[in-house]
Amino acid sequence: MPHQISVFVENKPGKLDRVTGIIAAAGINIRSVTISDSGGFGVVKLVVDKPAAAGRVLREKGLAAAEQEVVAVRIPDRPGSLHRVLELLARHSVNIRDASGFVVDRGEEAVVIVQVDDPAAVSTLLKREGIELISDRDLYFL
Amino acid sequence: MPDRREELEKAGRREIEKLQLDRLRSSLGRAARSPFYRELFASNSFRPGDLVSLSDLGRLPFTVKQDLRDSYPDRMLACPPREVVRMHSSSGTTGTATVVYHTAGDIDRWTGLVVRCLVMAGATADDVFQNMMGYGFFTGGLGLHYGAERLGMMVIPAGGGNTHRQIELFRDFGTTVIHVTPSYALHVSDVFREMGLGPEDFKIKKIIFGAEPYSEGTRSKLEEAYRAQAFNCYGLSEMNGPGVAFECRRSEGMHVWEDSYIVEIIDPASGEALPAGETGEVVFTTLTREAMPLIRYRTRDLAKIYPETACPCGRNFTRISRITGRSDDMLIVKGINLFPSQIEHVLMKTPGVGTNYLIVLDRFENLDRLTVRVEIAPGAFHGDAEEMRRLQALIKHSLREEIMVQAEVELLEPGALPPSQGKAKRVLDKRDV
Repeated sequence: MPHQISVFVENKPGKLDRVTGIIAAAGINIRSVTISDSGGFGVVKLVVDKPAAAGRVLREKGLAAAEQEVVAVRIPDRPGSLHRVLELLARHSVNIRDASGFVVDRGEEAVVIVQVDDPAAVSTLLKREGIELISDRDLYFL
Repeated sequence: MPDRREELEKAGRREIEKLQLDRLRSSLGRAARSPFYRELFASNSFRPGDLVSLSDLGRLPFTVKQDLRDSYPDRMLACPPREVVRMHSSSGTTGTATVVYHTAGDIDRWTGLVVRCLVMAGATADDVFQNMMGYGFFTGGLGLHYGAERLGMMVIPAGGGNTHRQIELFRDFGTTVIHVTPSYALHVSDVFREMGLGPEDFKIKKIIFGAEPYSEGTRSKLEEAYRAQAFNCYGLSEMNGPGVAFECRRSEGMHVWEDSYIVEIIDPASGEALPAGETGEVVFTTLTREAMPLIRYRTRDLAKIYPETACPCGRNFTRISRITGRSDDMLIVKGINLFPSQIEHVLMKTPGVGTNYLIVLDRFENLDRLTVRVEIAPGAFHGDAEEMRRLQALIKHSLREEIMVQAEVELLEPGALPPSQGKAKRVLDKRDV
């Protein structure tokens, strides 16, 4: 199962680039990033090529970082393909806690990463519906 | 008994001191009926009858707040329980409350002192008194309420908060005297200005300020905003509450009602008496209280005594300055007393909270604002903002329960605050009132 790294940061100048600085210094590559602000503090979520290492170096530097299981799917980079996945999840009453996405090959393929309460069950569901899941290895080395 | 009151207020120093000595003897005799003072006198080989002059009082040790906590709930009670008609309580730093008991006579005499204060400010039965202080355990509300009623003013027991309603009451009932904390008065004046109102729309002529320290600058600002004369009122629940000392119309220092209290100023470090004019810790001894006499009680408030006793107002009661600070770390926020240790207590029992925190006090829209900036524990975060919002809400709620003041809570990354070297700086007070 793929993982994302979630980091607690204060919503202040200089706090976010400290995170990316630590990641860069460890030679870790970031695939995607989302930042959410929650009044005074924020949560940065990163998909990286070495999630375990990223979590470790961030914690070593004193940051509050945690690895979270996510579900990653490969979709065609075409109108309606993201909708298909989301509509499917909605139909099965899956609550999406967080989502991000990025294009891998323009016009060809894109990746959607969703954070859900029960990633194993959602993976099974998507697989059954013919959605292509991406393993952690594939995700990190896309 | 207006005659008796006027007579007392004109008393000369010698008369005052003679009365003090008489009353001190009986006060010590009453104190000896409480388990706490009985033991204290015995361990100091002191018999109340030994007292020859006022200076003999110095032979007795101070009573401190911790003694009140240790005596909870009734080891300082000096009268039969059935004679008690009221208690006031304040919560302590570690959850141990302090209690002060009153007999009917105590309430009667306290009320009498408050009447004197109000008369000194020039209030009469023709006035309309809006009491904008909290009622309940806090003595500010009830203390002035009783006095104002006895003087015959119409009392509006508005309590604190609900600003628009307060302003409506000013207008609808022609309020002439208000009792309020300086910070709340500032806020109310901001609000009525925003509403397009000014002092000309009200009849307020006198403001009685209490419960928190403030500067001369703020006083002038408030006198202008309300076009009214301000009077400072000093008191503490251990000495009944408001009405221990009050300003005469000269506006320079507050007269201590020395027929009811003996005031001393001491060096907070050595406990030695300080000469008039020097700032130190204020110490009071009750002279008339029945239910719970307190002997040489250390208030932790810092002030000085004015050397010259005869006042142009005709009174010879000692004047103390405004309170200039504290000899402990107590904070006064929105008129409520609190200690940083109370906040620490809440933080340290909350799972997910780190070891470092900072209490920030500033003013927002002329009201005190308390912000607690706290580091989360390194292991407290499991990836979701929701979890952090819950932690924030939990801290906020627990603080409110403990200190009765609404606090803003900011969550910080582990290690965000400078590591403490020796005594950590936990409070940043940026208020300028």
